[in-house]
Amino acid sequence: MGIARADVEKIAELARLELTSEETDLFTEQLSSIIGHVEKLNELDTTDVQPMSHCAPAGGDSEYAKRDDQVRSGLGQELAVENAPDPEAGYFRVPRVIGG
Amino acid sequence: MRDKYEAVIGLEIHAQLKTDSKIFCGCSTRFGDEPNSNTCPVCLGLPGALPVMNRRVIEMAARAALALNLNINHESIFSRKNYFYPDLPKGYQISQYDQPFSERGWVEIPTSERNESGHATEWQTKRFGITRLHLEEDAGKSLHEGMPDASKSYVDLNRSGVPLAEIVSEPDFRSSWEAYDYMQYLRRTLLYVGVCDGNMEEGSLRCDANVSVRVRGAEKFGTKVELKNLNSFKFLQKALEYEIDRQIAAVEAGEKIPQETRLWNERESKTYAMRSKEEAHDYRYFPEPDLPPLITAEELIQKLRAELPELPEARRRRFVEEYELSFEDAAQLTDSRGMADYFEEVVRPSGNAKAAANWILNELTRELKSAGIDIAHSPLSALQLAEMIKLIDSGGISGKMAKDVLIRMYQSGRPAEEVVREIGGSQVSDEASIRAFVDQAIQSNPRQLEQYRGGKTGLFGFFVGQVMKLSGGRANPQVVNEVLKNALEG
Repeated sequence: MGIARADVEKIAELARLELTSEETDLFTEQLSSIIGHVEKLNELDTTDVQPMSHCAPAGGDSEYAKRDDQVRSGLGQELAVENAPDPEAGYFRVPRVIGG
Repeated sequence: MRDKYEAVIGLEIHAQLKTDSKIFCGCSTRFGDEPNSNTCPVCLGLPGALPVMNRRVIEMAARAALALNLNINHESIFSRKNYFYPDLPKGYQISQYDQPFSERGWVEIPTSERNESGHATEWQTKRFGITRLHLEEDAGKSLHEGMPDASKSYVDLNRSGVPLAEIVSEPDFRSSWEAYDYMQYLRRTLLYVGVCDGNMEEGSLRCDANVSVRVRGAEKFGTKVELKNLNSFKFLQKALEYEIDRQIAAVEAGEKIPQETRLWNERESKTYAMRSKEEAHDYRYFPEPDLPPLITAEELIQKLRAELPELPEARRRRFVEEYELSFEDAAQLTDSRGMADYFEEVVRPSGNAKAAANWILNELTRELKSAGIDIAHSPLSALQLAEMIKLIDSGGISGKMAKDVLIRMYQSGRPAEEVVREIGGSQVSDEASIRAFVDQAIQSNPRQLEQYRGGKTGLFGFFVGQVMKLSGGRANPQVVNEVLKNALEG
C-alpha cells in the first residue's frame, strides 16, 4: 500500500506544517517507501498474537509504575513561564484563539 | 407539531476526581491558585518529562464505575488524542480510547416531565444506559475576556493534568428533563461515593450533549449536533429545549441539519454554531507509549465494592418503604448523603420518621439555607432535634411552640428542655388547668355559647382560640379539644 499525495497533504495540515509542492512530492515518495518497508511485517501470520504497544511486566502488575497521591512542589509560576516568548502576569500570552 | 417528533439525547460528562495531586504528576489540583503556579515539566509538556499514574485516581474511578454499574476492565490502555490548542501544551491529551477503564453500565432512576411552573407531572422509573467511564487528563484554561490585551488569549496550565472521569451515556434520553434528571442523579451519586465535589461553577463537573430529532417511531437517528458549554443544570435543560425546537423547525422547513458543534449562549438563550474550521477533527489516537497498560486488580475492585455506601436511589426507595415517606420527601432527604444520614440519626432516637422529615425539610432546611450552612455542619445536632420531637410527642410542647423552640435551639445550641424552660414553661396538659381556661372562655362569651348550642358548631374554633389566648399558647390543643367539647355540650 502506498501513500497518496492527498494523504501527505492531510497529515501536513493536521500537523500544521506548510509544505511546498516539491516537498509534498518528495515526502509522498519517501513515506511510501517507508510504509512499504514496514508493510513487510503483514506477511507474518499474527492471528494468535496479542498486540503489544508497551513493555510491561508479563501477566500484568497492578502496582507497576504508580505513585501515591502526594503533592510535590513543581516549578512555580515564575519558572513555568520564564522561557515563554510572550508571558504576562504569570500567564502564557498567545494569539487570540476565539472570537476577535 | 412537537408531538410528531422525538428527541434523542446522549450526555458526555466530565467529572474531576477529588485527588490532591494531578493524574500524572505531583502538582496540586487546588482551584483558584495563581496562574501557572501548580505546574511542572510533566503538565507543562516539557520535552523528556514522563507521566506516572496516580494510584488514588484508579480507586476513585473504580468507585464511580461501580456506583454506575459499569464493568471495570482488568486491563485498560491510555491513548494520545492529538489536536492543537494553546491550552494543550503537549499537542495531545492523554485519554483512553479503544480499551477504556470501564464499560456497559446503567442507572435506573425516577424521571418526570415538568409543567410550566416547573413541577413534576408524573414520576416514572426509567433505565438509562452508560456506555463507558474512562480516565483522562484535563487541559489548561484559556482566558479571552477581561484580560489586559483584548487581542490575545491568556493560558493558565494549573488545570492541565487534573484527573477527569469522562462518563458517556447511551443516546437514551428522549427529553430535556430526562437528561436533566440523569445529570442530577449522576452528580448526586458521585458525591455519595466521594469522588467528585460536583461544583459546576468551578468546572469540577462539566457537561456536553449530543442531540438529534426524528419523527416519532422512526428507527434511524437524525443528524446529531454536539452542544457545549452546558455548565449548570438550568443551562443543560434550557439549551436542550432550545436545540430540540430549533431542529424540529429546521426539519419541518425541509432543511438539512448539518453535523456541527454548537455553543450555548446564556445571555441570548440561544445556541450558536462554532466556526466549522475548528471542526476538522481527526484525533489520530494511538497508544500512549509512556504509560504501561492500566491494570485494575480484582481484589481492589472487590474491596471497593464492599465499601460502597448505599446509593441515592436505593436509599430513596428504602426511605419510602421503611419510613413510609412520600416520594418527594424521600427524594429530598436522599439528595445528599449528609442529609440522609442526618435524617436517620434523628429517626433512630426519636422513633418518629414523619416528624423528623417535616422538621428537617421545613424549619431546619430554611435556617440552614439562609445561613448557607451544609447540614453536615448544622448547629442543631440530629440528637437535639430528636429530643425536641420526643418532647412534642409526649405532649411536653405544642407543635406551634416547637417552631420557636427549634429556632432558639438552632441559634444557641442548647438542648430542647432548657430552651423550653427559658421561654416560659412547657405546654400545659393537665386537665384541671385547662378546664379553668375553658370555663373562663365560656363564661366571658355567653352569646357565642348560645349560638353554638343552637347549632352553630362552627364556633368551636372560636372557643379553642379563646382558650389558647388565655393560656398564652401553652395549652395542649388535644386536651383543649376534649375538655372544651365536653364543656360546650354539657
